[in-house]
Amino acid sequence: MASTTPVDIPPAPPAPRQRPKSAGRAGDKVFLGLSRGSGILLLVIMASIAVFLSYRAALALADNEGNFFTTFDWNPAGDPPVFGIAVLLFGTVISSIIAMAIAVPIAVGIALFISHYAPRRLASPLAYVVDLLAAVPSIIYGIWGALVLVPYLEGLNLWLDQFFGWTYLFEKTEVGVARSLFTVGILLAIMILPIVTSVSREVFLQVPKMNEEAALALGATRWEVIRLSVLPFGRSGVISASMLGLGRALGETMAVATVLSPSFLISFHVLNPGGGTFAQNIAAKFDEADQFGRDALIASGLVLFVLTLLVNGAARLIIARRKEYSGANA
Amino acid sequence: MSHAPTTLQERPTPAPAVATTSLSSRTLPRWAPLGFAAVAIVLGVGLGLVAGWHSRIQWGLLSALFFVAISYTVTTAVENKRQAKDRLATSVVWVCFVLAVVPLASLTWTTLSRGAKVVDGYFLTHSMAGVLGTEPGGGVYHALVGTLEQVGIATAISAPIGLLTAVYLVEYGKGALARAVTFFVDVMTGIPSIVAGLFILSIMLMAELKPSGLMGSLALTILMIPVVVRSTEEMLKLVPNELREASLALGIPKWRTILKVVLPTAIGGITTGVMLAIARIAGETAPIMLLVFGSQLINTNPFEGAQSSLPFYIWEQYKIGSEASYDRAWGAALVLIAFVMILNLVARGIARWKAPKTGR
Repeated sequence: MASTTPVDIPPAPPAPRQRPKSAGRAGDKVFLGLSRGSGILLLVIMASIAVFLSYRAALALADNEGNFFTTFDWNPAGDPPVFGIAVLLFGTVISSIIAMAIAVPIAVGIALFISHYAPRRLASPLAYVVDLLAAVPSIIYGIWGALVLVPYLEGLNLWLDQFFGWTYLFEKTEVGVARSLFTVGILLAIMILPIVTSVSREVFLQVPKMNEEAALALGATRWEVIRLSVLPFGRSGVISASMLGLGRALGETMAVATVLSPSFLISFHVLNPGGGTFAQNIAAKFDEADQFGRDALIASGLVLFVLTLLVNGAARLIIARRKEYSGANA
Repeated sequence: MSHAPTTLQERPTPAPAVATTSLSSRTLPRWAPLGFAAVAIVLGVGLGLVAGWHSRIQWGLLSALFFVAISYTVTTAVENKRQAKDRLATSVVWVCFVLAVVPLASLTWTTLSRGAKVVDGYFLTHSMAGVLGTEPGGGVYHALVGTLEQVGIATAISAPIGLLTAVYLVEYGKGALARAVTFFVDVMTGIPSIVAGLFILSIMLMAELKPSGLMGSLALTILMIPVVVRSTEEMLKLVPNELREASLALGIPKWRTILKVVLPTAIGGITTGVMLAIARIAGETAPIMLLVFGSQLINTNPFEGAQSSLPFYIWEQYKIGSEASYDRAWGAALVLIAFVMILNLVARGIARWKAPKTGR
């Protein structure tokens, strides 16, 4: 960091200087002020997001007759108003866990493929293809998920129910289309694949060549090289990449809103249609909400904000501990 | 490779025939994986036909499983367990990659084939005014106008702020403030778009503002700034220090150095970053839904009244749930994807064309 900024350049001797010194100085001050100002503006925005959301949330929570954290209902327009995030928190966490369980191993595989397996000339076009997945807007994933993926997954759901129904998790107790948390998890997995892949790839490419060559020299096969030198080196990078992906999955709105058929129930039968997530609930309930209803939605948004803040912050801290790579521009 | 340094490999190996017999064990020929693949596909398709499965995906999965099993057993038998594991890992890694490409291909194909049915000159130049949602007809013109205006305003606000912040971080940034800004820029990239929407919504509720394109733009700005900052920062770091030092040594003030030397050198990369950021926010639906409300009519004034936007239009048409509206949704999806992909391709083109020449 320090080396990139040329600081402490000794001032030039004043005699040969033709230009008035003050013009440069004043320009410098203005410019520094502007750029520092926009930096501070960012911090102000972050702080005001927290403040404004909390304020509106507090308005709603003051009149909430139910327990905000344990109520299985969302009825702020009722008399008395009752709403709670229990189902939303559950749905958000479960769908994100499913997404992570699917996406992380595959993303690590793709990252290894691009960094170590793909033919050298193909590697960067392939990386680009994976990045294209990230460029597709989430609403398009949403309609694709609802109109293409959901009908397709019905077969898989039946199969899972038939052979893995004994795990309780995959037991399908309700008939109905596959508009379930499991489908949402699969869709989210596809959506977070690119970011997990690109951060992991960046880490894998930074494994010291010496380590790999040492393993090769001992007669290791390619897989052994990866297991012995690449994966241990990249572990913390993969962890933080996964957390970045988790942050995305937690806050995804449109893809969930289109695919899920919401209900205010908590069920570990992930193949059953139903459930809900924070973002999906906001999107679904917003149209019919009055002012108070909106404040209630803002309250749930605040929880989502805090959740993503924690996850992303933790991921960034892990990355920051190893300054060599920052997956931030992924 | 030059000839000068003779490496170990180039030394003549003594009596290769002896070496192969004594040092290395039996190996499979190079075409072995192809052979396994052929056998696996034949088995998979054959069994699929016999069992009468309709899904080609199941045939594929079965073939893939056969491939892994055959190559593992044969390699274990002919070579050894370690080689077999290596081959297993190779297949798994390839499968991972194919798995990622399948949804991308399916999505692209569906959008293209279903969208192409509706996208034509009429679709692009007409709004939904007077068109019943469940009937065919109508177009995306109003949504296109909305998207362009909202994204334009968002870019006009966030590009300068993002640029200046990046300049601050790279050229001036030291100490606690810079560290805090860096950290929060990173965290800000992870803010869900719906939360950004709710933030502007809470301001709107307090200031009693009406929904308009501008409100949507403000939410998009929050999403766009961190992306611009990150990419610009990376680009500014690539500018060789010698350039800055040369300029400063000529007695040029720092701000002129930044404006006339540093930024022009990195301008290609910065443009790329801004365009990628535009591509990212152009597809955001949630803030538009909360703040702009959507409209069936053409509203060219982003500062007053409800507007539509492409992603919102897709959502709207999807919710109507008729065949005609699904078609329109796919048509709009095709327009949106084309917009985003063109931005992406052009941005990457600029990046390659204007890449800063770093030291040799």
